[in-house]
Amino acid sequence: MEPGSTSAAGIQKAGGGREIAVKNVSKVFTTDETRTEALRDISLTIREGEFVSIVGPSGCGKSTLLRLIAGLMPVTSGSIEIGGKTVTQPITDVGIVFQKPVLLEWRNALENVLIQPELRGLDPRAYEQRARDLLAAVGLSGFEGAYPRQLSGGMQQRASIARALVHDPSLLLMDEPLGALDALTREQVRVDLEELWLSTGKTVLFITHSIDEAVLLSDRVVIMSPRPGLIDRIIDIDLPRPRGLEGRKASAFKEAEEAITRIFLERGVLKRGQPFAAIHRPGA
Amino acid sequence: MEVSQAQAQSPAASSRPHVKRAGAGARFVAMLKRRQLVLLTLFILLAAWEIAPRALNIPDYLLPPPSQVLTAFLGQWQRTLAATWITTTVMLGGYLIAIVVSIPLALLIVSSRVVEDTVEPIMLVFQVIPKIAIAPLFIVWFGFGYTPKTMLVFLLAFFPITLSAVAGFRAVDPDIMDLARSTGASRWSMFRKIKLPQALPQIFTGLKVGVALASTGAVVAEFIASDRGLGYLLLEWRGELDTPMVFAGVFVISFVGIVVYYAVEAIERITIPWHASQRDPAAMGA
Ligand SMILES: Nc1ncnc2c1ncn2[C@@H]1O[C@H](COP(=O)(O)OP(=O)(O)OP(=O)(O)O)[C@@H](O)[C@H]1O
Ligand SMILES: [Mg+2]
Repeated sequence: MEPGSTSAAGIQKAGGGREIAVKNVSKVFTTDETRTEALRDISLTIREGEFVSIVGPSGCGKSTLLRLIAGLMPVTSGSIEIGGKTVTQPITDVGIVFQKPVLLEWRNALENVLIQPELRGLDPRAYEQRARDLLAAVGLSGFEGAYPRQLSGGMQQRASIARALVHDPSLLLMDEPLGALDALTREQVRVDLEELWLSTGKTVLFITHSIDEAVLLSDRVVIMSPRPGLIDRIIDIDLPRPRGLEGRKASAFKEAEEAITRIFLERGVLKRGQPFAAIHRPGA
Repeated sequence: MEVSQAQAQSPAASSRPHVKRAGAGARFVAMLKRRQLVLLTLFILLAAWEIAPRALNIPDYLLPPPSQVLTAFLGQWQRTLAATWITTTVMLGGYLIAIVVSIPLALLIVSSRVVEDTVEPIMLVFQVIPKIAIAPLFIVWFGFGYTPKTMLVFLLAFFPITLSAVAGFRAVDPDIMDLARSTGASRWSMFRKIKLPQALPQIFTGLKVGVALASTGAVVAEFIASDRGLGYLLLEWRGELDTPMVFAGVFVISFVGIVVYYAVEAIERITIPWHASQRDPAAMGA
């Protein structure tokens, strides 16, 4: 039996229409001395089975939005609904890739993937083959027995991608999952991720700093701007699937990429011609 | 992460981690080699100690040579070991109670805001109190016997163990806890599979500090509140100016401390072989 393909115990799968509705959400972090408005009045609907990317400069609240949707912290105002139900506690039918790999240093790569079913009260033996397959899929075959300290940063991040997929969740929340990967592996994992998404119909929320990646993967790209974090624009990407390695050749790809770059230029997030030569050099 | 960028460039499947394990025999020889200097130093010190009192005409009641200490010990070994046994039970009793109390308390401190805000500041203040100074009070409250002695040992070992366990539980990455929360795992399995293993290296550091304090506590308690045990005998021998026996007693109790310390370390090595502190530097080629 393929454990991942069945609706396993410990994962509550809701029926159809598991749309994510973010309604006028704001998030303010307060400490004794400081008050940071991370998100202001965010509204966004992600349809079931949709692939949505978020791009935006560092600190604009992308990770915060992901955590709010995951129910890992409360909104300051507004609401988040998944499949019509308001999120008030951590959601469980989800696979999360955090911005850093956060592997357990006392477990090898395979055991780190299997922590997911273990914590869900599922039999890890039933998931072992699937975990191995996933590790191979992210290019880690031969490293199942390696401990995190023996893995490079990019390899650790790939193990954490496998960990997010092993229980076959219907929602994937990925925070810069390919950020630490080298260019070639990054291309490969991107193509594989599209394949996986096409064949399983998962809903994916994908945070990235790469405009290229966002355009190649997404149905829609959400562009955020910082301080406070707001949604600036949402761009539909009308490119045929699978986009694979060839996706960049389509003229629609170039148009979308240029449109997003233009927005960042207009907002001053990207600037033309600010050479490092202008930076002060002591004693010069 | 940036450290490993260069490694990430290499094709994954071809570069296995280069961890080579040395054989047990080779490791033992390497260990002896590393200890060589220590053993040599000890030997020189012992020889100097043997010679110095004779050469400088120092009387036995001030500094007996090691041979004298050994002779004295062999003359009273049964009485000494019986007393050592009593001291050891006090030491281990107080130490084990400290472990059993400290770890749940540490967990409570890190998992409850209220406990953290009330218990922790109080603990930090109490930690500054010289525990030994309170020992006479224990006699007033609990009389002679095991109770006041065990209490003192407990009190001395309790603080380092609790504080290191708190630090260990706090060191757990909040992201990994978020991951665990997204699985709907029970508190117990989060504790067993994530928090405890993550905190163990620091807990063991506290446990090892606790050993030295526990043996100190046991002996001091017997100085103050006992008519038996090694601490009591030490006072008696000192009173008789039987300095060789005082030295013998110090050696015996130190030996007990070392045995307990290494026992804790052996458990540590079995429990957390993955931790950096446990990796064999010779095998890692470092
Ligand atoms: N737990 C927190 N406590 C206080 N402030 C926070 C917290 N988390 C995030 N912030 C603040 O909220 C803002 C948005 O942070 P967030 O991590 O969501 O940004 P981001 O878009 O993910 O950035 P990056 O691309 O660098 O990862 C930042 O100003 C940050 O300082
Ligand atoms: Mg982020």
